[in-house]
Amino acid sequence: MNLLIQNGRVIDPSQGLDEELDLLVENGLVREMGRGLTAPAGVEIVDAAGCCVVPGLVDMHVHLREPGLEYKEDIESGSRAAVAGGFTSIACMPNTKPVIDNKALARYVIARGREAGLCNVFPVGCLTAGSKGERLAEMGELKEAGCVAVSDDGRPVVNAELMRRALEYARGMQIPVISHAEDLSLVGEGVMNEGFTSTELGLKGIPRVAEDIAIARDVMLAEYTNSPIHIAHVSTSGAVRIIRNAKLRGVRVTCETAPHYFTLTDDAVRGYNTNAKMNPPLREADDVAAIRAGLSDGTIDVIATDHAPHHLDEKDVEFNVAANGIIGLETSLPLSLALVEQGVLTMSQLVERMSCCPSLILGLERGTLAKGAVADITLIDPTLPWVVEADKLASKSTNTPWMGQEMKGAAVATIVAGRVVYRR
Amino acid sequence: MANFKHKDIIALQDLTKQEIELLLSTAESMREINNRDIKKVPTLRGKTIVNLFYESSTRTRTSFELAAKRLSADTVNISPSTSSATKGETLADTALNLLAMKPDIIVMRHSVSGSHYFLSKKLPCSIVNAGDGVHEHPSQGLLDMLTMKDRFGRLDGLKVAIVGDISHSRVARSNIQGLTKLGSQVFLAGPPTMMPPGVERLGNVTVCDSLREAIQDADVVMMLRIQQERQGKTLMPNAREYARYFGLNPENLKLAKPDAMVMHPGPINRGVEMASSVVDGDQSWILKQVENGVAVRMSMLYHVCEGELE
Repeated sequence: MNLLIQNGRVIDPSQGLDEELDLLVENGLVREMGRGLTAPAGVEIVDAAGCCVVPGLVDMHVHLREPGLEYKEDIESGSRAAVAGGFTSIACMPNTKPVIDNKALARYVIARGREAGLCNVFPVGCLTAGSKGERLAEMGELKEAGCVAVSDDGRPVVNAELMRRALEYARGMQIPVISHAEDLSLVGEGVMNEGFTSTELGLKGIPRVAEDIAIARDVMLAEYTNSPIHIAHVSTSGAVRIIRNAKLRGVRVTCETAPHYFTLTDDAVRGYNTNAKMNPPLREADDVAAIRAGLSDGTIDVIATDHAPHHLDEKDVEFNVAANGIIGLETSLPLSLALVEQGVLTMSQLVERMSCCPSLILGLERGTLAKGAVADITLIDPTLPWVVEADKLASKSTNTPWMGQEMKGAAVATIVAGRVVYRR
Repeated sequence: MANFKHKDIIALQDLTKQEIELLLSTAESMREINNRDIKKVPTLRGKTIVNLFYESSTRTRTSFELAAKRLSADTVNISPSTSSATKGETLADTALNLLAMKPDIIVMRHSVSGSHYFLSKKLPCSIVNAGDGVHEHPSQGLLDMLTMKDRFGRLDGLKVAIVGDISHSRVARSNIQGLTKLGSQVFLAGPPTMMPPGVERLGNVTVCDSLREAIQDADVVMMLRIQQERQGKTLMPNAREYARYFGLNPENLKLAKPDAMVMHPGPINRGVEMASSVVDGDQSWILKQVENGVAVRMSMLYHVCEGELE
């Protein structure tokens, strides 16, 4: 289907664009951009007045739970949640059951993504075989099968020698490494951030330095091996400082954070709220400020969701035994738009963090509206009010700390390869 | 008697100064019952109280059971052999099953902080906290406060030193919450490995560098149990060194006021937290604490039932 998107504010940082333009899509590609374009016969006209027209959003960190844990989410329901949140591409982590450490499973995920037929689903393969942290995964074959990165997300690579070799080997295979950075000896039995709130609630704390130390190690290994590394879900002020300094030295490090880390503090845990339990845990006000500053100055390259669906039975329990993580695909955009309203990011920077940078890091040919590019496009109404309601979420799971709350801003249309896959 | 509006008693943090004072004054009148020949009044006749203890306890469970029986309530004791999570049945399911048997009050001890709040949202019956993880132990806090009040006639203006593993102590948290609300000054001491972050903000307490500093001129010296089962292995070198730097002995007790009272929530590791001569000495109020436990728990059970009746 061919489309003419009219009257929208086109924001495409890849071309330095932010102006009112029309956009013509033909045969799944961006054909033309300009003022006052006329629609050839048989072209559907999409009125984007009042909306931002941006390269389709890319979430480089989601958990789709398929294969093995489909009661929480599957590739189809996750894809539906993604396009409802404005994402045209998602990268899914390999900590499924079994883990995705071979090409057959990687191909299965891609095939299921195609069957769902909504957004692009790019698997992330394991960094180590079985995600056990003992020997390297078959990164060459994983890449060949379509994996866009390798990671043992959900657990750190404890052995520094193995992490060193993983970085070197992945560089050779030209596949990015995503690090889940956490020093488990410092995490211990912690279930929330260590600080005044954990003291008051009597819950075991996870010190911030557990994250900082692991990131420092990985950044040093990346520097030593001259290999790129991407740090997942940054949550502390120390991590931002370490990564900022490393970037200044020219280390090939990129990183992401998630909306909850720039929106909430560990105060959200009060009342033993298991929907505020995640890993890394929600931190304190100065961490939130540092994450925002890091997003603003470009130290933090990417806003990802770490979309982590869990069944009600895994959250409606005592705090200590509750599963870690929250869903994020459908709330990420409004929470990130709040950063624009608060002056932390410009709209163009927001699009960089949510589309251009993740595409670049994963080597996807996405994140641009340049002529001839695949027409993955998101139409955003930045002011549209809506309420987070369980029965209206596309995800199978409803574990979010924002349940019942009003959001401002949403994707009103999500277009993948020229096809409208979601309309609000 | 005056109003007590809460369905549950989970934490002294949730209670006002007036509510704590009410619980203490009721306990004082309950104490009279415990000294009669026939130690029983009909106050809670026909009420059913379930003691659900996920962690082992002799003192607290017996004390709650006696308190219930002296008020003529029917009691049942349940001690699940393993935690709900490993046993397969969830805590919520266990509680719903118990609820089907129509108890009026569930007195629970559980190793997970906050599990009582979790239950109280699910169950219409009263929940009384007999200790949740390292969060609070309100009945112990109240009995400690009652014992101090017995000794000094007041809590306002007392200097109370709490010494030991503050991080892992629900007793410390309840005492800090209760004592500071009633006007005592609380000083904490212990190795920094046992001092939780931000604890000074829990009701404006002072963290001291040493045991000596904390107990200097104190009215009350409260020693905490070293809970080796909770701490892992990295918090102190060994019991010998702990006793040397953080143990209470006749020597350093002289730093406190001459008539200072010595307390301990028990069970005591003799020779570690306290020298035996101090445990058994003139200044020890440890057995009086236990005695007051029954009266305080009678008061708690009475007031949550009142709350329910309203």
